[in-house]
Amino acid sequence: MLKRVHFPTSALPYLLVAPQIAITLVFFLWPASQAMYQSFLIEDAFGLGTEFVWFENFEVLATDPHYLASFQRTAVFSLLVAALSMGVALILAGFAQRVVRGAMFYRTMLIWPYAVAPVLAGALWVFMFNPTLGIFPYFLEFAGITWNHYLNGTQAMALVILAAAWKQVAYNFLFYLAAMQSIPNSVIEAAAIDGAGPARRFWTIIFPLISPTTFFLLVINMVYAFFETFGIIHAVTQGGPGTSTTILVYKVFNDGFVGLDLGGSAAQSVVLMVLVIAMTVVQFRFVERKVAY
Amino acid sequence: MVENRPLTAFLTHLVLILGVLAIALPVWITFVAATHDQLRMNQAPLPLWPGDHFLVNMKQTLFGSGLSGTETAPVWLMLLNSLAMALMISTGKIAISLLSAFAIVYFKFPFRMTFFWMIFITLMLPVEVRILPTFEVVANLGMLNSYWGLSVPLIASATATFMFRQVFLTVPDELLESARIDGAGPLRFFFDILLPLSRTNIAALFVILFIFGWNQYLWPLLITTDTSMTTIVMSIKQMLEAAEQSPQWNIIMTTALLAMIPPVFVVIAMQKLFVQGLTETDK
Repeated sequence: MLKRVHFPTSALPYLLVAPQIAITLVFFLWPASQAMYQSFLIEDAFGLGTEFVWFENFEVLATDPHYLASFQRTAVFSLLVAALSMGVALILAGFAQRVVRGAMFYRTMLIWPYAVAPVLAGALWVFMFNPTLGIFPYFLEFAGITWNHYLNGTQAMALVILAAAWKQVAYNFLFYLAAMQSIPNSVIEAAAIDGAGPARRFWTIIFPLISPTTFFLLVINMVYAFFETFGIIHAVTQGGPGTSTTILVYKVFNDGFVGLDLGGSAAQSVVLMVLVIAMTVVQFRFVERKVAY
Repeated sequence: MVENRPLTAFLTHLVLILGVLAIALPVWITFVAATHDQLRMNQAPLPLWPGDHFLVNMKQTLFGSGLSGTETAPVWLMLLNSLAMALMISTGKIAISLLSAFAIVYFKFPFRMTFFWMIFITLMLPVEVRILPTFEVVANLGMLNSYWGLSVPLIASATATFMFRQVFLTVPDELLESARIDGAGPLRFFFDILLPLSRTNIAALFVILFIFGWNQYLWPLLITTDTSMTTIVMSIKQMLEAAEQSPQWNIIMTTALLAMIPPVFVVIAMQKLFVQGLTETDK
């Protein structure tokens, strides 16, 4: 933590941490405490007075069917995004780590979507699935499926999941590939000598050995799906049709900035903060322990 | 590869090529849309092969008046805004994290751990969960519609501070001892020894933070109301909305292409640094 050899106490270290601490206080801790404070308040209909109501906003949330539905939807959404993007990445990494010739080419071609902003990923997919013009609805029509994510909630959900997973494959691929390449070759060779084919080696040796990475990626992907996919939802469906793609982050934004329900939005923010803290703690505890065998 | 089986090798390349194609498909379709004129882009089925309007579309998007029927800033200005925001966020984060990591690792002073935990907690407060109150703070400080408002609230970063802390901890103590014997003060040691030693780490982090900064969406969306401050990434949403009235998909998709070229270029051109930065900051 601290160097064995260090500089004597002076005013200098305070000056050095000052910029970061100032920004943290003004833009992180103060707003977060405000959100907490506001979550205990109810503003009257005309915005003239506020009343301190303790946990009433949270009680309202806990019994609000819309909020609970949004919670459930977010869970389904993030699990599917994580499963889809990690599954695809695992398969691709499993094949890519076998390649000698062209390995660099494949890696480059699979990691660049990391740099695409979520809202752009949304724009690309919404264009491909545009009900009147898009390529996919045109072909789906031949299969007897009418695609319109503006009307069909399930299709809207499928579309945002696809867009969110597409962008995240790059990240998962990179980490899976690195994990697989760190497995000692002697282990794989020993299995090959014992007569295990590539598929068997993958499932009985490689996959168990990279389980810490799988767990780490699961947490990272959940955080990604919870918070960073706001842009995708905003661009593709705006939470609709109805509320069929309104995930928690979108609801905080929508209730606060569009619905102007400050207390309710603040209470939702606090719930989200608790969720992030829980996920961060889980991530740190398990990444530190590295999942023992 | 452990054994040589032509059939497995063929299968491996086949799967990878299919993967590469599937990943590239959305961007290919975007690129094709950016190479046709408006008329062609309104007839189903849409083309799958590029046309000859790429340069015309590029010119109209970059320097034209944007979509007809909308009031938006010219795209070249949005690109500049995005560049300014991304550079301010990435250099700002690196600068303040370097300084605070230096203080925390190399000095013993009261409240050291308090400061450390205050920085740590920012890890748990992404802008998405505190949007309303942060917006109020920025509005009260009069920072709406400015580069400062776009970048400063996003600058504090626990991950960067942790990374530099990690790097500094691996620097041998003997370096500090000999520097002190030679009469170097803390600042001299920082600039002449620590900074040069962490050069590659800084570069790797810069790549990641540049992409992070460029791709910001929710925050710029909230604090910019003046069209001259729009960033390119947030403009896409306005264009998608406008597309319902005037479907100029060729222009919209050219803009989308322009918005993703800079960060994608950074990833491809600086792949080694990018991979290093990604694995260092997240572990």
